[in-house]
Amino acid sequence: MIELKNIHKVFNKGEANEVVALHNLSLTIQKGEFAVVIGSNGSGKTTLLNIISGAELCSAGSVTINHTNVTRYREYHRSKWIARVFQNPLSGTAPNLSILDNFRLAALRTTSKKLTIGINDAFKKQVQEKIAALGMGLENKVEQPMGTLSGGQRQALTLLMSVMDNTDILLLDEPTAALDPKSSNVVMQTADTLIKQYNLTALLITHNLKDANQYGTRLIQMAEGNILRDINSAEKTKLQLQNMFGWFA
Amino acid sequence: MDFYITAIMLGLCLSSMSLGIFISMKIFNIPDITTDGSYTLGAVVTAILLTAHWHAAAIIPVVMACGAVAGSLTALIHTRLKIDALLAGILVMTGLYSINLIVLGRSNVPLINVSTLFSKIHFFSNQGYNDALAALLFIGIILCIVTFILKTDFGIAMRATGDSPSMTRSLGVNTNTMKIIGLAIANSLTALSGYLVAQYQNFTDINMGIGIVITGLGSVLIGDALISWWKIRSILWQLVVVLCGSIIFQMVLAVTLSVGVDPNLLKLVTAIFVLLIVSIPRLKLNLRQ
Ligand SMILES: Nc1ncnc2c1ncn2[C@@H]1O[C@H](COP(=O)(O)OP(=O)(O)OP(=O)(O)O)[C@@H](O)[C@H]1O
Ligand SMILES: [Mg+2]
Repeated sequence: MIELKNIHKVFNKGEANEVVALHNLSLTIQKGEFAVVIGSNGSGKTTLLNIISGAELCSAGSVTINHTNVTRYREYHRSKWIARVFQNPLSGTAPNLSILDNFRLAALRTTSKKLTIGINDAFKKQVQEKIAALGMGLENKVEQPMGTLSGGQRQALTLLMSVMDNTDILLLDEPTAALDPKSSNVVMQTADTLIKQYNLTALLITHNLKDANQYGTRLIQMAEGNILRDINSAEKTKLQLQNMFGWFA
Repeated sequence: MDFYITAIMLGLCLSSMSLGIFISMKIFNIPDITTDGSYTLGAVVTAILLTAHWHAAAIIPVVMACGAVAGSLTALIHTRLKIDALLAGILVMTGLYSINLIVLGRSNVPLINVSTLFSKIHFFSNQGYNDALAALLFIGIILCIVTFILKTDFGIAMRATGDSPSMTRSLGVNTNTMKIIGLAIANSLTALSGYLVAQYQNFTDINMGIGIVITGLGSVLIGDALISWWKIRSILWQLVVVLCGSIIFQMVLAVTLSVGVDPNLLKLVTAIFVLLIVSIPRLKLNLRQ
């Protein structure tokens, strides 16, 4: 469960280029809820995700995860609950490390990285089985550097990596923005399946209204650093795609 | 002939530093020039302790610790004060010059009547072979240890830190701490080169580290070119190739000197050689376009 209370985020405070990215925003996302966040460019969506993940600390307000106040926790400290998929496939994976190395690190997200060799045949087999389920034929390439894969393949693998270790919360910032329609579909389907399978609390940012309509149990529209619309599961299922286009007038 | 054997030996002794620079430059993506200072520091500590009749083996942990402190200092300045890594390195290197001079007491200390690492091995009747064996064993052990570290889970986190910091942080790694540990390891390896060279050439000189970072950089660049040329993925082989880069570098310098280039021009030759290594791949690229 994520609880945000009266969040303010100001960039470059006191300078000429001061920006208020989030303004008195409060939001509670229940365990197992899959919230989709839409909103125009600059409305504060990425900032919201960064405040939850700890990549940015808020200027005022409080962040609570599973009843622990994590407002001052850094990103590497919050990672015991949170897994992330970035907009840029390059940010979520290490290109010069092998796929196996990437998965090994992801499997240790919530624990310490020790001076022992953790990649063995059993681990390799476990990773290959997970990757095979994607049906992309990548299971025989696990020794290759991550950078040799396409953006779509890397995003799909990042999703798998996010559930290699105990995960409560999955944050996805436009995971399909750099992908072609076919890869986008694979990534969105995979995300949806994993969120249901592991009962994750998820937050997805997207500019694709079709995806926003099709996926998730809650729809949030942001504008000017705050929440403009918040639509629950029951209303969301009734929502027509055509009506949504009108929101951006 | 002796000339080339000396070059190979020097290359071997300096390869520990090359591994260190490989770690800071290629794995952590940090241009670390603390090297000049930490290399001399290693040699200075070696000279002082050897003349105080310490056993050569007992000096190793002290030398490594000193190098590690120098490296962490640079990394602390870089990560905590958010100062450019290059500048942080220059600051520590400059400071170390005075510290080295104070510790050494004068600008040059000969190591003639002391028992060095190289005087401990009597396997062959030829002392040259014994020296080579000692250096090979020493570097071999370092190679195995560094390879092991990089292959562990901790090592994966190290390698990921330089490769994709955002991902590494999101996977629960404090990348700043990682950088501090990384530069500590890199500079303790560099200090070990100072330890070896001081004993091999039988003296420590306060100026022996000036420009040594270029030598290390050149070795790593040679190694890196070979790594991408042969598409080497295995960590062990990557490190072996960097080690070879260090020897190749010294060989090239030896050849230059043997054809009659004035030794006073050695640093200039070194700089031009490194410039060539860096620019040849780019020139080729430009020609193709
Ligand atoms: N690091 C930063 N420094 C200064 N200003 C920033 C920073 N990050 C974001 N901003 C500003 O905060 C506001 C919100 O940005 P944010 O990235 O959260 O928008 P967004 O909703 O994700 O937009 P998009 O749809 O384009 O990704 C913008 O005005 C942006 O310029
Ligand atoms: Mg954004």
